[in-house]
Amino acid sequence: MEKRVTFSSWTIGILFAVPQLLLIFTFFYWPAGQAVYWSLTLQQPWGGGNIWVGLDNFRSILANADYWNSITASLVFAGISTGLAMFIALVLAALTDRQLAGSRLYRVVLIWPYGIAAPALALAFRFILAPEAGFLSAINRMWPGIWDPGLDGADAMASIIVAFSWKYVGYNFIFFLAAFQAIPRSLIEAAAMDGSGVIRRFWDIQFPLITPTIFFLLVINITESFQDSFGIVDIMTSGGPANATNLMVYKIYSDGFKGLDYSGAAAQSIILMLLIIVLTIFQFRFIERRVHYG
Amino acid sequence: MTMIKRGFAALAAGALSTALAMPAFAEPVKFDFWFGLSGDLARVVDTLCKNFNASQTDYEVVCTSQGNYDATLQNTIAAFRAGKQPAVVQVYDVGTATMMLSGAYKPADKLMEENGYKIDYADYFPGIARYYATSKGEMLSFPFNSSTALLYWNKDAFAKIGKTEAPKTWEDVGADLKAMKDAGYECPMAINISANESWQLMEQFSAIHNQPIATKNNGYDGLDARLEVNKTKFVQYVTDLKKWYDAGLIKIKSKDLGQDMVQAFASGTCQVIMTSVGDHGTVGKTHKEGMNWDVAELPVYAGTERKNSLVGGASLWVLSGKSDAEYKGAAAFLNFIHDPKTALFWSTNTGYIPVTKSGFDYMKSNGFYDKAPYKGRETAIASLTASEPTEITRGVRLGNFTQIRAEFGTQMQAIFANKVSVQEGLDTLVKNGDAILDRFQQTYPGKTLP
Repeated sequence: MEKRVTFSSWTIGILFAVPQLLLIFTFFYWPAGQAVYWSLTLQQPWGGGNIWVGLDNFRSILANADYWNSITASLVFAGISTGLAMFIALVLAALTDRQLAGSRLYRVVLIWPYGIAAPALALAFRFILAPEAGFLSAINRMWPGIWDPGLDGADAMASIIVAFSWKYVGYNFIFFLAAFQAIPRSLIEAAAMDGSGVIRRFWDIQFPLITPTIFFLLVINITESFQDSFGIVDIMTSGGPANATNLMVYKIYSDGFKGLDYSGAAAQSIILMLLIIVLTIFQFRFIERRVHYG
Repeated sequence: MTMIKRGFAALAAGALSTALAMPAFAEPVKFDFWFGLSGDLARVVDTLCKNFNASQTDYEVVCTSQGNYDATLQNTIAAFRAGKQPAVVQVYDVGTATMMLSGAYKPADKLMEENGYKIDYADYFPGIARYYATSKGEMLSFPFNSSTALLYWNKDAFAKIGKTEAPKTWEDVGADLKAMKDAGYECPMAINISANESWQLMEQFSAIHNQPIATKNNGYDGLDARLEVNKTKFVQYVTDLKKWYDAGLIKIKSKDLGQDMVQAFASGTCQVIMTSVGDHGTVGKTHKEGMNWDVAELPVYAGTERKNSLVGGASLWVLSGKSDAEYKGAAAFLNFIHDPKTALFWSTNTGYIPVTKSGFDYMKSNGFYDKAPYKGRETAIASLTASEPTEITRGVRLGNFTQIRAEFGTQMQAIFANKVSVQEGLDTLVKNGDAILDRFQQTYPGKTLP
């Protein structure tokens, strides 16, 4: 007789999920819960005394003009850098998807930037964009002071946007290219035989078929621009000049770690988490409707 | 069979316990020292630790660099909350108020007394000692690496405008910078306006002009102190700096822009800077070939009676919750660092100044300040001891001062980028700084500074 060990599907499901659940609990739910608790108290940095203050931390942060400035800066940064990184990657992927000479080489080269760690990338860009010695120093010699990320907030914002987009172009490119390659050649060939041009084929056939990828990348890029921008800001601008690039995630770091204001930073990270959740829900509610899953 | 096994086990256990017990008599007591210096300076600290370990057999200090001052404090707090704190930790000057309220330290003077070391606290330069002492004069931590700000000036550039001396007043500075600009120098003076330069620009300036940074004697007399730099002589100073910047007499130099102040000075690009005496060694090693330069005390406005400048750098705190044996070791270590011979080693290799009169005298008697690369460093002592410290010039004792410095950088950048006027910027600095102080006070309800 055949021996068979049987589990109910319920038990086996739990069994397989336990390691993952433990990890998620340890590294997400527990710290997040801790953050909620800290945001409702005033924590003395060395421990020893915590004062329950309820929502006071949130009140004082939301009454702070610098914090609103930080939210605005984050939204500007997220909007422009996501748009830029997605648009450039889309164009490049569309181009390399075609039967160009050397397209294999382009693919490899374009994927690389994503592999560079943010601090290394930021350091490189700091040199490239330095007003006196960098790539743009030539225009500064013609018009002194026109490029000055050390004092001009808009220039500093442009610097970090360029660095961040540079990195995510590579990431987005991988997904776009895969999406393009998943489109059956026969569809495009048929359209070509019917006499439609490259642009027409792109809008009518390729674009609708890659909307799931576009949507996925939009969610990821926006989320990452709120969180992964930290390393770039820290090394390139430290949030300056005059708070122009003090993105929410960087303000959390500097208030919490440098300023030892654990409770204020905890409250800010709760707000950031809520903001990302709201943005993600918004995207699923309103943008996903236009996505064509085929 | 089992008998034999047991016999072996007993034998093995016996051997092991003797092996463990034997060196226990000779094994020195280990204790940890965390510090925030890195690079060249970290290597000097490592040598210092080796020298201490070689000087006796009872204790062994394990020295670990945490990278920088901020990280040292953060890591120490994390370690303390987990009960794994080092015995001795280096904390930067502006962390002093935070440390004093932490309840996490053992007062250094008590530690020394309990372990039988007699330290003559009057031997410390008063400007240094009072920064780290309570209002009653008890030394809670020991000064370790100390510095103050100086004016570095390029003698060649000044010779071009017919000057053989560094400017003594800010009025002279203005005229000299103008003359250098007219003589064709692109960058007569360099400054930086990030959070860290609050030290030279706001704190040192306020001290030598005997101007308060905050009420309650710069916070020494209570946690309810509030900033007042928007109505002191500092306003005129920032106004002048901004005016000179607009006229092209001052350039902003920072690492973010490709070249920091010290590099700009050493390369001959900029002719005047204000920076720590700790950079004296760097300029000496890296300056352009044949360049003549010197250091002078920071200028004052005409008619000002000069006061002592403030000490910068860090001090050593002994943390609570360690064993008596470790405390004995920590006390021996502090005593070793206090020794004038250690001061000579430390200053020769770093650029930091000796913190005691006896250390300074010992170095003078060794001819240290007559030797070429070190000449000029005695100016830092002159600046620190220009006067007996007043209620205001003994230091700055404000909570979360790191955040206040960050706010200083933000507002200076806004001022220099013409986003706000000097007065508006300083008003905002005071307003936001007060909010930071409020928050610190709320975090420690009912507590007072020792």
